[in-house]
Amino acid sequence: MSDTLADGPSAKRAIGSATLSRAVVLEALKSAFLKLDPRQLTGNPVILATEVVAALATVSAVVAIATGQPAGFPIQMALWLWATVLFANLAESVAEGRGKAAADSLRASRVTTKAKLIIDPVAGTWIPTPAHKLGVGEIVLVEAGDVIPSDGEIIEGVASVNEAAITGESAPVIRESGGDRSAVTGGTTVVSDWLKVRITSEAGSTFLDRMIAMVEGADRRKTPNELALAVLLAGLTLVFLVAVVTLVGLGAYSGVKLDPMILGALFVTLIPTTIGGLLSAVGIAGMDRLLKVNVLATSGRAVEAAGDIDTLLLDKTGTITFGNRMAAEVVPAPGVRPEVALRAAMMASLADETPEGRSIVELAREQGLTAQTPEGATFIAFSAVTRQSGLDAGKSSWRKGAVDAVLKTLNLRPDDAPAEFRQAVDRIARSGGTPLACSENGALVGVIHLKDVVKPGVKERFADLRRMGVRTVMITGDNPVTAAAIASEAGVDDFLAEATPEDKLRMIRAEQAKGRLVAMCGDGANDAPALAQADVGVAMQTGAQAAREAGNMVDLDSDPTKVLNIVEVGKQLLITRGALTTFSIANDVAKYFAIIPALFVASLPALGAMNIMRLHSPQSAILSAVIFNALVIVALIPLALRGVKYRAIGASKLLSRNLSIYGLGGLVAPFIGIKLIDLVVAGFGWA
Amino acid sequence: MDWRGWAEIVFTIGLTLALSWPLGAYLKRVWTGEPTWLDPALGPVQRGTLALLGVKPGTSQGWLAYTVSVLAFSAVGFAFLYAILRLQGLLPFNPQGFGGLSPHLAFNTAVSFVTNTNWQSYVPEATVSTFSQMAGLTVQNFVSAAAGLAIAAAVARAFAADRAEGLGNFWVDVVRIVLYVLLPVSLVGALVLVALDVPQSLAAGTPVTTVEGAQQTLALFPVASQEIIKQFGANGGGIFNANSAHPFENPNAWTNLIQIVAMNVLGLAAVFAFGRMVIATREARALAAVMVILLGAAAGGLYAAETLTPQPAMQAAHVAVGPSMEGKEVRFGPASTAVFAAATTGASDGAVNGMHGSFTPLGGGIALFMIQLGEILPGGVGSGLYGMIVMALLAVFVAGLMVGRTPEYLGKKVEAREIKFAMLAVLILPIVILGFSAVAAVLPVALKGLLNSGPHGLSEILYAYSSAAGNNGSAFAGLTANAPWWNTTLGIAMLLGRFAYIVPVLAIAGSIAAKPKLAPTAGTLSSAGPMFTGLLIGIILILGGLQFFPALALGPIVEHFQVLAAAR
Repeated sequence: MSDTLADGPSAKRAIGSATLSRAVVLEALKSAFLKLDPRQLTGNPVILATEVVAALATVSAVVAIATGQPAGFPIQMALWLWATVLFANLAESVAEGRGKAAADSLRASRVTTKAKLIIDPVAGTWIPTPAHKLGVGEIVLVEAGDVIPSDGEIIEGVASVNEAAITGESAPVIRESGGDRSAVTGGTTVVSDWLKVRITSEAGSTFLDRMIAMVEGADRRKTPNELALAVLLAGLTLVFLVAVVTLVGLGAYSGVKLDPMILGALFVTLIPTTIGGLLSAVGIAGMDRLLKVNVLATSGRAVEAAGDIDTLLLDKTGTITFGNRMAAEVVPAPGVRPEVALRAAMMASLADETPEGRSIVELAREQGLTAQTPEGATFIAFSAVTRQSGLDAGKSSWRKGAVDAVLKTLNLRPDDAPAEFRQAVDRIARSGGTPLACSENGALVGVIHLKDVVKPGVKERFADLRRMGVRTVMITGDNPVTAAAIASEAGVDDFLAEATPEDKLRMIRAEQAKGRLVAMCGDGANDAPALAQADVGVAMQTGAQAAREAGNMVDLDSDPTKVLNIVEVGKQLLITRGALTTFSIANDVAKYFAIIPALFVASLPALGAMNIMRLHSPQSAILSAVIFNALVIVALIPLALRGVKYRAIGASKLLSRNLSIYGLGGLVAPFIGIKLIDLVVAGFGWA
Repeated sequence: MDWRGWAEIVFTIGLTLALSWPLGAYLKRVWTGEPTWLDPALGPVQRGTLALLGVKPGTSQGWLAYTVSVLAFSAVGFAFLYAILRLQGLLPFNPQGFGGLSPHLAFNTAVSFVTNTNWQSYVPEATVSTFSQMAGLTVQNFVSAAAGLAIAAAVARAFAADRAEGLGNFWVDVVRIVLYVLLPVSLVGALVLVALDVPQSLAAGTPVTTVEGAQQTLALFPVASQEIIKQFGANGGGIFNANSAHPFENPNAWTNLIQIVAMNVLGLAAVFAFGRMVIATREARALAAVMVILLGAAAGGLYAAETLTPQPAMQAAHVAVGPSMEGKEVRFGPASTAVFAAATTGASDGAVNGMHGSFTPLGGGIALFMIQLGEILPGGVGSGLYGMIVMALLAVFVAGLMVGRTPEYLGKKVEAREIKFAMLAVLILPIVILGFSAVAAVLPVALKGLLNSGPHGLSEILYAYSSAAGNNGSAFAGLTANAPWWNTTLGIAMLLGRFAYIVPVLAIAGSIAAKPKLAPTAGTLSSAGPMFTGLLIGIILILGGLQFFPALALGPIVEHFQVLAAAR
């Protein structure tokens, strides 16, 4: 069983794949210093408190220098406290920097050339207009080689469009007026033919603009869970403030003289600086991980909700089964011998490189037929107009295609086709398969049965989802009998057969009424209401504009199985936060054992017994704890960016695993770390 | 240390647990208003009382209305009690002819009994008349306990609800709990105690001739009736200064066992009632397990500390060293005293059968730490349950994130609002305990009340404020608290510890009640079973330890190491 739910990021270029280049790191360092401005830290009380203590330590270092007292210790303390703040800022900057790099590459695809604004729809005359001056509702002409100036809806024409700028996929896709493939995105390029496009987005709010804003994290608001965690961290900070400040009185009673800077250091080491410093980086990195799998979320809230999904609605086609169906049999027309029909089907598919075509040839081979493409044969490609394909060789010709289209070519009305043929077509359709008519030299020879085949591995993935607590529901237009057969083969928990878009919406509402969070993906304009209703609605980039507007995520690869990755990223986000929080709190135990004896041992020698780490001196103990506290942030930046790995092993196993790593580890690690740092500090005579 | 001591600890806690299960089943019926076999007798009384109060049964209050009712009820209770204590000299049933209490002592005492703390800054048998005892303090012993159980009922309803507005009716809850739970048990319990030689008398005292032939008057009170509700309601305020170490309050091993069981049984029963009401018996069992495990650990720790800690003075005097008997009644011995001390500090009871201040530093430290953990082990009646739920919410929040879902507890999502109020509640104890202690530790007027100096003196201060803020009420004998500073600040600490905690808890309840009740899935973190129990124990210990460790280091911990050093 694989650890991850879905396949890793695709091999092709992904938007979020900008790595930690030197430029990114330099930029991040610069911005880490800029973030020292306290106004920038108001949203992060833990780090703000650290900065206040760092400033106080600096003052006491300066005072020590000015009055000629030994200043080595206060200077080191001040430096490490500042380093703590800087490291926290650095974590956030690095996370942001990766997004910025991705945004820059997107910005390069914005249109700088002039658009062809149609001023007379009848004559088709146009004038060149800058793209940013286009208004909603205006119509532009886009011809081969032109960049589409803004988001829009095709009102006329069919063209192949290269959408690599958005999706990273270099193979062009077909865009045509009407139906669900009529949306085009600003920044993509028409490769062949031409389109008339009605603009649907104002300049500045196009898909590309929003994508850039999202990637840059320009509009980053705290998500609900982040807010709750921030409250917890602020509360803990207050608790420790009380514990440390009251030590002034309690210590005075006990005859202990406490250096304010040392108290400040104790406070900083106790407050959850680790998670406080990494919290926003974790959130940004979560968005980034989504981008890496080529999914664009419109808000962090949606990413977080993805981790909470209880019910997942999946379209059968393309998600559970291959969108491309496989040949299962060839039913001969009356009076045609089976091998003749099979051979004709094979000949019609010889040059057809689609999976369906190949599966037909494969079927014929399995039944003992062999054939070579005849000399001088010409391939008749499938087109949206003819809806059939085939092969011409000399006087012979073979065709296969949609039943009505082939019959029409043969000048047969559907009712004129032989009864046995019609029955076979009906039977195939009823079982959930797709019938293709096949002809040879202008005569009907049979019907090919294309069948849905469940993708290998989906069953395991659904089992993983079940272990995560996600219920899967298959949505299909098939009749209940077919749907049930496929549902049980694929191992989904439930199915909705003969589903209309309204059924989807109703189902989502019913699930939500039970308090469940629902995710679905869709691409059609009629999916829009359901996408909007779902807690996580993933629209396909190839889908209709309405769908893309309604969902809160867009999958740039238009791959419905991506939902699994999305759920995983959402869970990873929460797990990473929880793990770092646990680690941060568990760390405090060791810090007490380092600092408390150091604070009091001069006045109360008996407390020396608590120095179980046998640290060199009170000063080295305190300095080591502060250094450990700063370094642990840096050490955990990679984990914050990468995220804690999610494993579909069920909640309790996952908890015991993460508790033992981050809870127990968090208890033990600082004992070792502080001791090692103390050896270094003492060895070099720093304190 | 011997096996009989350990057996006694296990038996006492085991008996408490065994009795709390059926009592929890009964308490749930009282909370929900289901029929009980006491209905024929108590039904009319309940209806009459509610009619008298002008409460329409069946009306449910929102969290704010419920909170206002709790506060109003307590405020009226305080006003009455304060008046009684001040005017005691003019009121009847005052055979000893005691005068009224000073304003600060009356304030402290009234707050103390209204908040279910029962801290006593005075020597009761020489200060409080029989009337004040019966009409004032004992009434609060009943109703302050009932208020705690009522709030617990409201919290239970919140978790059981699915998108509900109301939390139930406070007045109905209080009346039913007093009538159906506290009064019947107290009636039976008092008779049992009388049978076991606990006095019950309205006489001023009885003259006796001592062994030396001197004449002495032994103070007498209706002790038995007071004693049972003192323990059953986790009140802890004794009739005598020596509390349950006094032979009239706690004459023998049987009464001692009854008292220990009584002080924890209702607190644990509330947990089981909660489980039944929310239909989460396994989850409730986990909460009870946390309480019992930590309670047992504290009792064991105390027993070990009292028997194993070296006694340098005894060694120096070349006296055979047995268990430390300082501060303990010979008729109870170290094991009975240890389990009593753990139980009284784990519950917010505060009765004592030994003097905590005379324990070994570690033993006294354990008692102190038990209070500082928030009085949830098992805590006061009802208040222990809702305190534990606050901790469970925090545990679930941190751990729940680690399984990759928005955390939920008992089918309710734990979000920013709940965490905010939970943190507010959690902040109360450290602010009050450490804040007041830090000031008192340097304030000459406060330090005058201390018997000891050095770390033990600091322990006295910490214990006093912990006991007040935790609404425990036991004392680290040594502090003379009947002075304006102590009476006033301890009174404030008790008020904050009770009401500044209740308000956020009820706010959480209101927010929880309004949420949809979610069915668990395979991805939901289970809040039952050993792992959750261990997690909750860890969170309680770490959170409590982190808050109070520095202060404890200067008190009991350093004192312990000093003893060890001296013994070497």
